[in-house]
Amino acid sequence: MKYLLIIPLMLLLACGQQQTDSTTEATGAPLGGGQSTVKDETSEPDVVRVAVGSADHTTLVTALKAASYVDALSNAGPFTVFAPTNAAFEKLPAGTVEGLLKPESKEALQNILEYHVYVGVINEEFVRDGMTFNQVNLDNVTLNKSDDGKMTVNGANVLGKVKASNGVVYVIDAVLLPPDKK
Amino acid sequence: MNTKINRIVLSLGVLVVLLIGYGCKPKGPATVTTGDAASKVYVAPGQYDEFYNIVSGGFNGQMAIYGIPSGRLFKILPVFSVFPESGYGYSEETKPMLNTSHGFVPWDDLHHIALSTTKGEHDGRWAFGNGNNTPRVARVDLTTFRTAEILEIPNSGGNHSSPFITENTEYLVAGTRFSVPMGENRDVPISSYKENFKGSISFIKVNPETGRMNIEFQLRTPGFNYDLSRAGKGPSHGWFFFSCYNTEQAYTLLEQNASRNDKDFIMAVNWKKAEEYLAQGKGKKEKAKYAHNVYDEKTHMATSTMLDEVTVLDVMEFPDIVYFIPCPKSPHGCDVDPSGEYIVGSGKLAALMPVFSFSKFQTAIQQKDYEGDFSGIPVIRYEAALHGEVKKPGLGPLHTEFDANGNAYTSFFVSSEIVKWNVKTLEILDRVPTYYSIGHLSVPGGPTAKPHGKYVIAYNKITKDRYLPTGPELTQSAQLYSIEGDKMQLLLDFPTTGEPHYAEAIPASLIRDKSVKIYPIEHNEHPYAAKGEKMARVERKGKEVHVYMTAIRSHLTPDNIEGIRVGDEVYFHVTNLEQDWDVPHGFAIKGATNAEILIMPGETQTLKWEPKEVGVIPFYCTDFCSALHQEMSGYARVSPANSNTPIKFSTGDTGGQK
Repeated sequence: MKYLLIIPLMLLLACGQQQTDSTTEATGAPLGGGQSTVKDETSEPDVVRVAVGSADHTTLVTALKAASYVDALSNAGPFTVFAPTNAAFEKLPAGTVEGLLKPESKEALQNILEYHVYVGVINEEFVRDGMTFNQVNLDNVTLNKSDDGKMTVNGANVLGKVKASNGVVYVIDAVLLPPDKK
Repeated sequence: MNTKINRIVLSLGVLVVLLIGYGCKPKGPATVTTGDAASKVYVAPGQYDEFYNIVSGGFNGQMAIYGIPSGRLFKILPVFSVFPESGYGYSEETKPMLNTSHGFVPWDDLHHIALSTTKGEHDGRWAFGNGNNTPRVARVDLTTFRTAEILEIPNSGGNHSSPFITENTEYLVAGTRFSVPMGENRDVPISSYKENFKGSISFIKVNPETGRMNIEFQLRTPGFNYDLSRAGKGPSHGWFFFSCYNTEQAYTLLEQNASRNDKDFIMAVNWKKAEEYLAQGKGKKEKAKYAHNVYDEKTHMATSTMLDEVTVLDVMEFPDIVYFIPCPKSPHGCDVDPSGEYIVGSGKLAALMPVFSFSKFQTAIQQKDYEGDFSGIPVIRYEAALHGEVKKPGLGPLHTEFDANGNAYTSFFVSSEIVKWNVKTLEILDRVPTYYSIGHLSVPGGPTAKPHGKYVIAYNKITKDRYLPTGPELTQSAQLYSIEGDKMQLLLDFPTTGEPHYAEAIPASLIRDKSVKIYPIEHNEHPYAAKGEKMARVERKGKEVHVYMTAIRSHLTPDNIEGIRVGDEVYFHVTNLEQDWDVPHGFAIKGATNAEILIMPGETQTLKWEPKEVGVIPFYCTDFCSALHQEMSGYARVSPANSNTPIKFSTGDTGGQK
């Protein structure tokens, strides 16, 4: 697991490096990079590194970067991230993702991503059918749990769970769309 | 950016010069920084300092870690003193670290730092410190910046000339500051000092792999005061040099009675010779009670073992182990230059500084060029061992550090200055004032065979008007000087914690990348660890209640506990399940009479709590760990002593309520 993560981690670091190269002095310390650029190959990966390390979440990672949420989700959190797979994004009407990734759609994209994040760790053991959670964008999601333990969020199936250092990632098969603002 | 600062500083400098030129005395403390001082100490946000400065805390019993050149404080590292901030000395795991033959001693006076060396050069493995009052030495692990081991020193009246180390960290020493009666008969009149009082120098062996310390042997020496010391290096490797004062053997009003002789001694110890005698079985086993405390990073707890024997060599019986070199007058510092050839004696009451030559000293021994003996120990003729004297260097020389270019830097307490001089030519090259009354000083790598140079840092005893006043007690002041040019240049004042005595500075590159980030939870062998929330539980054993608790963002498990009774001893064994750098959790409970505990990722620590009153008592995480830190709390129900409330514990159990 740790080894698999090294490559995306290096990519992340390389990304951070580009911004700081011009100002980094001989001491080699970071300057001005956000929390996602912290060099740390020892700790358990955080939710961002989990997503970056997953081949099924490249669209989500692209979206997080476009929304400037990579650093925020590298924070102490803790976070529960409902992480739609690439296939989930593909289920959206054609052109939706491309549209959201445009700079002028940043706020709309942020709203959608915020709807996928809860501040706090949701432990499925303590989830009861029909529980609601208020997400970062201040809209609620509803969690349902069947008798055999299968969980859904707003009807999207939870396909798997990955524990991260700063929370938990639930992989889901649909993009959660926030209710229209009244 | 830098040029802008340069300009500002330059113009400020010009302004100061102008003001002085016009005869206007600037108000307040003297300001003598010039030119580009600010840019030389400015470490931009997010940038790292070039050196770690590991500074003794003196009467706070701790070490402090600063960055150089910025002077920024990174850490206070508890060694001999309890530290409620982390729970050191309060948690069940760390209490044994402060155990001694006198019982639990929660404080000491930490004077000197010695960083481990290999081939005479810094290797960045361990920092050693001495406990001056209840004689002890400690080893700090520089991967965790924690005290890993404390060894008590028996047969010592105060461990001042310590913990100086040999070239390859074979030994560190612990020389008694005060001579005392030793052996069977200790109940003697104080006035029988000359007959009954003895000195003692412990040679503490350091395991090259683990760093573990043991007292390999003790030298029983004549009764006077052993002050400071340095090991030989290069050609003088195998020797140790100790400054001695009170060769008058006064036992009262030392201020007057221990300063009468024009010369005291530097005691030169041939420790390789002592090893030979030991190998021949000449050492005597003596009863002695002393504690050896070791912190285990796998069980996350310390154990204290009481030892009962030391091996002693009485130098009066083996006169070729020890020689005395006369040294004016009440010498304090006794410092060996990087080449190992020159030994600088700083007679703190002398108007000159002798520099002895190791090779001349060896010749004097071969030719028995003695001026007499003291208690049967040869006293070398002063001139026979002397390389030369630094004439009129200043008032009250204390300590000397070295750069890589043959220069020495000596602190002068009485004249409040650092004097730079050439070790070979003995010529004085420069002097700068300190503010005020400097004690120790430190050049990065200054005591090693390969000084890193660049700066000298002064640790001043008197601060007076250097900072905003804070009542009668003022911070101690450190001052940073550049020694890169021919002239020393004051760059920065920075306040310190405690009362620094000696300090060492080491390139950050030797330590930085080895720093531990987390303790792997799978290696946690603490007997009360709960290595997962499923293992969290509460168990009663008679009056003892053991809570196997876990902490992870952002809850404690269990967070509801019932069945505790008044009069119980409750042990909260808290395991931090995080495996993420810089995410400690803390634990505190109302009414605890000890402290909080801070638990590092992967670690288990235990806080004891003895509830005295019936009620429901909150507990919480004390370290702002996460966005839901304020939610990280719980309740313990305390029932009357005679109640039958069963032990019950849970987390997230809402009894079916949504």
